[in-house]
Amino acid sequence: MEIVIPPFDLKSISPIIIITVFAIIILAIDVFFKKTLRDALGYFAILVVAVTGMVVGTQLGETVYSFSNMFVVDNFSVFFSLIFLVSTGIVILLSIRYTKQEGINNGEYYTLILFATMGMMLMAGGADLLTIFLGLEIMSISLYVLAGFRRDCVRSNEASLKYFLLGAFATCFLLYGIAMLYGATGTTNIKEIASFLANNPSLSNPMIVTATSLLVIGFGFKVACVPFHKWTPDVYEGAPTAITAFMSVGPKVAAFAAFARVFLVALPDVGQKWSVILWVLAALTMTVGNLVAIAQTNIKRMLAYSSIAHAGYALMAIIAGGDFGPASLIFYMLAYTFMNLGAFAVVIILGRKGEENANIEDYSGLGYKHPILAVSMCIFMFSLAGIPPFVGFIGKFYIFSAAIKNGFIILAIIGVVNCVIAVFYYLRVTVVMYMKKPVREFAPLSLSPFIIIALIITVWGTIHLGIFPGKIIALVQNSSLLY
Amino acid sequence: MLISYLPILILLLVVMGFAISNIIISALIGRHKPTAEKLSPYECGVEPIGSARERFSVKFYIIAMMFVIFDIEVVFLYPWAVAYKSLALFGLIEMAIFIIILLVGYVYIWKRGGFEWE
Repeated sequence: MEIVIPPFDLKSISPIIIITVFAIIILAIDVFFKKTLRDALGYFAILVVAVTGMVVGTQLGETVYSFSNMFVVDNFSVFFSLIFLVSTGIVILLSIRYTKQEGINNGEYYTLILFATMGMMLMAGGADLLTIFLGLEIMSISLYVLAGFRRDCVRSNEASLKYFLLGAFATCFLLYGIAMLYGATGTTNIKEIASFLANNPSLSNPMIVTATSLLVIGFGFKVACVPFHKWTPDVYEGAPTAITAFMSVGPKVAAFAAFARVFLVALPDVGQKWSVILWVLAALTMTVGNLVAIAQTNIKRMLAYSSIAHAGYALMAIIAGGDFGPASLIFYMLAYTFMNLGAFAVVIILGRKGEENANIEDYSGLGYKHPILAVSMCIFMFSLAGIPPFVGFIGKFYIFSAAIKNGFIILAIIGVVNCVIAVFYYLRVTVVMYMKKPVREFAPLSLSPFIIIALIITVWGTIHLGIFPGKIIALVQNSSLLY
Repeated sequence: MLISYLPILILLLVVMGFAISNIIISALIGRHKPTAEKLSPYECGVEPIGSARERFSVKFYIIAMMFVIFDIEVVFLYPWAVAYKSLALFGLIEMAIFIIILLVGYVYIWKRGGFEWE
């Protein structure tokens, strides 16, 4: 039997190779030089992320299919990879002090974060459903472990186990959907599925309809849209705060990248007919997320529900489709990365050992005690609420205009109403910070040069992209061509 | 199109019907002379001692997990061995990378004390 080895292009996956190799090296360093180099692992991880970012940057502008069309480098995947690397970099900056404070002194922490990032990049560049699945699993398994990293804390264990059981269950749905789609079309390649469906009727085929619904469930779980959101608050609350920050951005963005590619490229026809169902999901996600967030007293839980609501806005971008849909999705994800990670940075700075000081009430009087911190928190809250001139406004504006352009006017109205609801709980944090007396003395802040750098980057991103979005929007529109 | 799945559905119904009817028939026409010996759970002929719901040491799971990892390695080695000639150098390099990555994991487990029972 003659086996023809398909041509493979290592250059196209070079960022993934770099990040994998160095993650393994970090693991080895941690094992062999236990005490001496442990502090350096975080700095090393940042360096790895920076180098990978530069390599990814050189790939901008080319479209290369490699590994028998299983992996693709196009502007879409490159831009998403950059978003992942930015978020990972910021999360590592946030982690260096935090891990010491919480007594997490394992090098596996950084290794797993890098592996998760690698999985996300694989998801964004997946041109085959199996590649997407592989990336999703690499990312998810790393996260299941990371969520339980405060081993002596019951809540953290609970978060990890819940996330694992529900996540594994949801993955089964996704895999089953892929299998069904393979059964119906005879391929798992996204482009080939698209060309098969272009020539064959898709909606009369019950297998494709079933496959699509299973895929919606699988992706819906990963992006945490209602009614598949139940795990989010518990997992976000129990996981170490730095990991919560990571989970609320990276995996969600990665799942949206894969979601968009599958639904806009592989199933454009089905997707269009299915927009009714996604429409309902988006409306529910926004409304439930925002309404339940109002009732939260713990800031991590509040941010969890707010992240559910944001998934609803992003879902709207996928429903809108067309030229502007994917572009607005990418821009919103970038905006969301900066403002959400910024909010978590403030939560981490104010947090004390053992995840105390995480109630919204604990923030009262912050505006007088630590004005700079309070101002940055205000910036993030205003931006998350979608108030100009911050980036959250531009992102929402872009998504709503994409939705209206493609005829989803009622959905856009629901979105706008939801923004108004969201203002209530975001601004409550501001009100508490400036108009209430402190309930107790503030402990010394857990500051480090790295966390300050992270705060500066996120504040800069939130303001700069809000005022001068032109350059990024041009880049994003360039990246939205999925083919 | 769905009609082609009809035999599977019929088989499913037949299987379920067979199982249920067997239980019912044996309950109806069988003789019932229960003794303590007969009612005790079957434990491969060994007398059951205490509850089966005991707590196991978590170490068993680690061993089981490591077993699965290296088991999977062997699963990958077999097809490679079968197609060794036609894969030639490419296969050798590919497999070497695969095994090196697993080796890192092996060293990691070793150094972290995964093989120590106490």
